[in-house]
Amino acid sequence: MERRESYLAYLYESAWILPSVAIPVGMLVALVLTAFAIGIHLPGQTATVDPRRLAQTPPFDRPGLREVRPGQYEAVVIGQIWSFTPNEIQVPAGATVTFIATSRDVVHGFRIQGTTVNGMLIPGQVTRLTYRFTQPGEYLLVCHEYCGVGHHGMYGRIRVVAPTP
Amino acid sequence: MTAPENRLVRGYLIVALLALAVGGLFGPLQALNWAGLDLYGLIPGLRSYYQGLSLHGTLLVLVWTTFFIGGFLLFVTRQSLGQPLPRPGLTWATFWLMVVGLVLAALPLLSNDATVLFTFYAPLKASPLFYLGLGLIVVGTWLLTLTLGLAYRRWRAAHPGEPYPLPAFMALVTMLMWTLASLGIAFEVVFLLLPWSVGLTGGVDALLTRTLFWFTGHPIVYFWLLPAYLSWYTLVPRHAGGSLFSEPMARLSFLLFLTTSIPVGVHHQFTDPGISEGPKLLHTFFTFVVFFPSLLTAFNVAASLESAARRRGEQGWLGWLWRQRWGDPVLTAQLLAMILFIFGGIGGLVNASLNVNLLVHNTAWIVGHFHLTVGSAVTLTFMGVTYWLLPHLLGRQLWSRGLALVQAVLWFVGMAVFAYALHNLGLLDTPRRTMLGAAPYRLAEWQPWLVLVGIGGVILFLSGLLYFVLVVLTALAGERQPVPAPAFAETIHGPADTPRAFDRLAPWLVVSVVLIVVGYGPVFWQVLSQGTPPAAGLRVW
Repeated sequence: MERRESYLAYLYESAWILPSVAIPVGMLVALVLTAFAIGIHLPGQTATVDPRRLAQTPPFDRPGLREVRPGQYEAVVIGQIWSFTPNEIQVPAGATVTFIATSRDVVHGFRIQGTTVNGMLIPGQVTRLTYRFTQPGEYLLVCHEYCGVGHHGMYGRIRVVAPTP
Repeated sequence: MTAPENRLVRGYLIVALLALAVGGLFGPLQALNWAGLDLYGLIPGLRSYYQGLSLHGTLLVLVWTTFFIGGFLLFVTRQSLGQPLPRPGLTWATFWLMVVGLVLAALPLLSNDATVLFTFYAPLKASPLFYLGLGLIVVGTWLLTLTLGLAYRRWRAAHPGEPYPLPAFMALVTMLMWTLASLGIAFEVVFLLLPWSVGLTGGVDALLTRTLFWFTGHPIVYFWLLPAYLSWYTLVPRHAGGSLFSEPMARLSFLLFLTTSIPVGVHHQFTDPGISEGPKLLHTFFTFVVFFPSLLTAFNVAASLESAARRRGEQGWLGWLWRQRWGDPVLTAQLLAMILFIFGGIGGLVNASLNVNLLVHNTAWIVGHFHLTVGSAVTLTFMGVTYWLLPHLLGRQLWSRGLALVQAVLWFVGMAVFAYALHNLGLLDTPRRTMLGAAPYRLAEWQPWLVLVGIGGVILFLSGLLYFVLVVLTALAGERQPVPAPAFAETIHGPADTPRAFDRLAPWLVVSVVLIVVGYGPVFWQVLSQGTPPAAGLRVW
């Protein structure tokens, strides 16, 4: 190959390689910044629980919603084939809800429409997710992981009601 | 190629095509179910949507891909080295082992004893035959690696000091990457799922099995993609009438896939409990790193296509983009595959992004994404490859070039409609892997997109049907005449410009292992140190 052409090729390659590095690096920086600035977190390590002994293990012995501080709630939810317990939760607008959830049997999904609540329920593991519901309305909760022939019937509702004046 | 070698490649191709035909059959049923039209009654003996979905996923992503790749990489290695494949006994034993594995896995799938989808997440408990069959297929792929390794050693001994030919190099790198990657699924199947499914153990750590699955489950997409890249790098420039722009950059791209493909799997588990955000962020980082060799590929392949158009006298800045040989179905199928893959790649970055992933995880978005990648970049490329490989192997002309063109364009259009609708549904929180036609919670805002999914599915079905009509008519009625295999593309920036390091494997394998330890060390430490209580197996279908 001609020497000049060879240099040109290196030039083209470099002209492509530099932005190819810069673009993903820029995206990564943006990602990390937003993760910490906005504080959108993923489920992490919380606790383990014996799926065969949920009925005897707090907090899963008493599924449901409780207010831990004014405006701060904990919702203990169990996923099982093919329903959530409880399958309806009602909170006032502005409430911050921490979902503490697990599965009694197979892997289930836990997704609340239009929010950042998206987690897997894995037998043996406790999933913790926190979200502040600002807009009143009805939010669909669905299981988004295949969990058997009745999977498409596994859903629930979160009702966020405007506080009565 | 010798006659037995020809038969071997044909064997792989036949199994791959059968898997595509059977697995593909369920695609339109699923799409139409989402659109509100339930045609499952048409398939006698099928027990549920989810049995169909298990067949669709397993046969397409595990069988169609693996068998096509097996035959294609053996063929490429044979042609590129110009020496017979080593140990015919071993290559045939490998093929039959994989076929036995496929039969063992297919039996419970067909009898509704393995309705666990292709991810077979424990504690869903399938028949032991299913796990055994999958395990045998994986072992078969290791023997393929061994075959390519033996070919490498023999060629090196006969050609001291020469660089290993690019196509064979890419084939070997693909198999080496896969072999490392497959250790996760092999460990999961052999040590956890098989003993548990036959009743030797009472329960299984559900988080550990998922983590092992995704150790293999993400790099497996590069195992599908790299043979398509191999075609784009070493054959497409020739089909287009040009040369490969840069061999060193092509090699670098494959070596980067070898080293960085594996420590990325946790981006499928961002929403899993039991793994903290630190290791998850690390896997975001590594997935972005793997984006880089794909960008290198985009540049290199585009520059090669540009060289083809310039050779035909194209002068303008961008005119080369459309001044291509669109009349050739082999080329057109692969160019269309590339176009769809651009969107697949961009969507992949969204999926890999730590917290943006929350918007799309396990929604229809993901289904749209992997139909653009494995369902388009890979499958449409393999369809294009079929249009020269099959005539070459059979010594018969392609039955109709015109119909082959129509087939490729229909696949492109169908997939564009299908994937666009699915991505939109995903952003509206439509769950994936769900028989939506029967879901009581279907939302009105999903409806128009669901109909579009159905339309896309029907177009894809027609294209698939056309593909099989062409395959069968070529085999039975194509004009008898020797069809030469396309020569591999020449290079503009070629072997002489290739640094020696880009012709070696061992140092890159060491880097790969080190990066696996860095990326997966903390993950397995967390998963294993928690002692997740075991879950009992269940059959819930």
